[in-house]
Amino acid sequence: MSTEARRRLMRDFKRLQNDPPAGISGAPCSDNILQWNAVIFGPAETPFEDGTFKLTLQFDENYPNRPPSVKFISRMFHPNVYANGELCLDILQNRWSPTYDVAAILTSIQSLLHDPNPNSPANAEAANLYRENRKEYIRRVREIVESSWE
Amino acid sequence: MSENSEEEYNTIDDDFIYDEDDDNSIFETDEPDPLDDEGDLTFSYIVADKDRPKNYEVDFKVHSVAGIVKNQDEEVTHVSNILGIEKQHAATLLRHFRWNKERLIERYMDDSVNVLRQAGVITENSKAPKFTKVRNFTCEICCDDDRNMETLALSCTHRFCRDCYEHYLTQKIKEEGESRRILCMANQCNVIVDEKTVELVVKKDVHERYRTLLNRTYVDDNDHLRWCPAPSCEYAVECHVPQTSLISIVPTVECTCHHRFCFGCGFPDHQPSICALVRKWIKKCEDDSETANWISAHTKECSKCHSTIEKNGGCNHMTCRKCKYEFCWVCMGPWSEHGTSWYNCNRFDEKSSQDARDQQAKSRASLERYLHASIFYYNRYANHEQSAKLDRELYLKTEKKMEEMQQTSDLSWIEVQFLKKAVDILVQCRMTLKWTYAFAFYLARNNQTEIFEDNQRDLEMAVEQLSELLEKPIEAEKIAELKQEVLNKTVYVGSRREVLLEDTAKGLLETRWEFQVDIKE
Repeated sequence: MSTEARRRLMRDFKRLQNDPPAGISGAPCSDNILQWNAVIFGPAETPFEDGTFKLTLQFDENYPNRPPSVKFISRMFHPNVYANGELCLDILQNRWSPTYDVAAILTSIQSLLHDPNPNSPANAEAANLYRENRKEYIRRVREIVESSWE
Repeated sequence: MSENSEEEYNTIDDDFIYDEDDDNSIFETDEPDPLDDEGDLTFSYIVADKDRPKNYEVDFKVHSVAGIVKNQDEEVTHVSNILGIEKQHAATLLRHFRWNKERLIERYMDDSVNVLRQAGVITENSKAPKFTKVRNFTCEICCDDDRNMETLALSCTHRFCRDCYEHYLTQKIKEEGESRRILCMANQCNVIVDEKTVELVVKKDVHERYRTLLNRTYVDDNDHLRWCPAPSCEYAVECHVPQTSLISIVPTVECTCHHRFCFGCGFPDHQPSICALVRKWIKKCEDDSETANWISAHTKECSKCHSTIEKNGGCNHMTCRKCKYEFCWVCMGPWSEHGTSWYNCNRFDEKSSQDARDQQAKSRASLERYLHASIFYYNRYANHEQSAKLDRELYLKTEKKMEEMQQTSDLSWIEVQFLKKAVDILVQCRMTLKWTYAFAFYLARNNQTEIFEDNQRDLEMAVEQLSELLEKPIEAEKIAELKQEVLNKTVYVGSRREVLLEDTAKGLLETRWEFQVDIKE
């Protein structure tokens, strides 16, 4: 068992508690430091405003050399999020750098919410509406924002 | 008089040197400079007729792994001297430019700042990488702040601890198979971790893996190099035939492991067909052959008693076990028409092929939909492919025969090698014959085609004769006679193949052949 990944995750957790970026929170499960739960609050002045979106982050012993797998637990309607909650984000794939930590990952996802990339869609319907029918797009997003409160 | 002849040979000598320079080989050779030789040895440069380059042959060189490493080193040293930069940076630049030295130097002279930035190299304040201990340092990755911790930074000055570096590089090399594009760990930094740093940081076995991967990219990136595709062969072949010439040349090369393959596409030797036709042919066969064609190519019915026959020996002269009918496996006609002076088997003869088709259609209705004109060529192609496979078994049989010969006669091991040589030639010729049918299938019908098919028929006939000779049982008293016959036939077969290949290759260069399909696709 590598202690490096665990030590690093402890630091990430401390940093997240002492200096939390606005609108995100996260913590490891009480019995497994490799498994994290996180919440991202929808950024103000975007269709996602007031939403509370739950995610899980699954790390392995190769962290921080390999990125964790990140998944939305709450329902999500977004051009770059798949139906099963997995998301398509470059820094979680080929642009990963070992200097990213949990705070950096969650802030990147938060900024992805209001700045989607419709050119590499994971959800074709969301991407089309985002491009062609913004009004309907916003309506669908508001739906999942409301369902996130339940 | 002797003065004059001296002059004469010097001229030859000059020509020779000129040729050497013209050769755009990217590698230096260890061959001695011809100038070093004494003047009276210049006789050796007169090329014997049989050694003249042939149109169907290309120049190539085989490199071992050690040779590849050496070549890389030489290129790197060269560039490092010209540009005045550290060797490890020269290597990174060369890899970025896919080992195109000329382009690298040209671009570098034009705009060195941009070239360095794009390649991920920083040459300023670059010293050899080394581990240092830094006060009050906390590694950003593992958050360790031990004051005795060794740290390392590339010229981009992003500093991390030794352990993190080692984990990172080992992961990249071992798990991801990455070698020439390992970036600095810092977020958004595109500086490449150079080979000196990798060597410094990782363990010996990881470094060996890293070198192997680098060698691989060296060959893969270099347009003039290709790995020998034979299983577990470690040699690479250098050949200077560009991709654009593949419509007029079939660059067949032979690795040190004896595997013969096409440098253009990596497929096993497919002379005389050019790569484009080979691709089309294989696609076609995959599309419409499948099981039915396999069955029709591998089993046939005796045209007299209709017994189903599978061919399990090399030669096309068949004798039905049941009715003793002697026939030709290719055209199914009686053998008596073949053996003497006429061998009518390889030609697209409207009538006989129609007859063959009719017969097949009658007895095998299920195969009907596959029986179009192309099956004629496919069957002949498959015939030779199958025979070539069986000829491999013949190698084993031949080995036994060679032992037998040594026991029953006073021939030594070296004196029975002619049999192995004959099988070598036989297998090679079957390969060539096989591809002549793919070639002929796409040829437009005209007078040139006649010439091609004449050559094809001559070769095919010679091959069948040799094959039959090799199948003969050994009779102790006739060994000398058999040896003579085999030797003669082997030379003859070899020369028929040469004639066919030479004429086809010449035709390709002269664009004499017309194809029914677009070969530039």
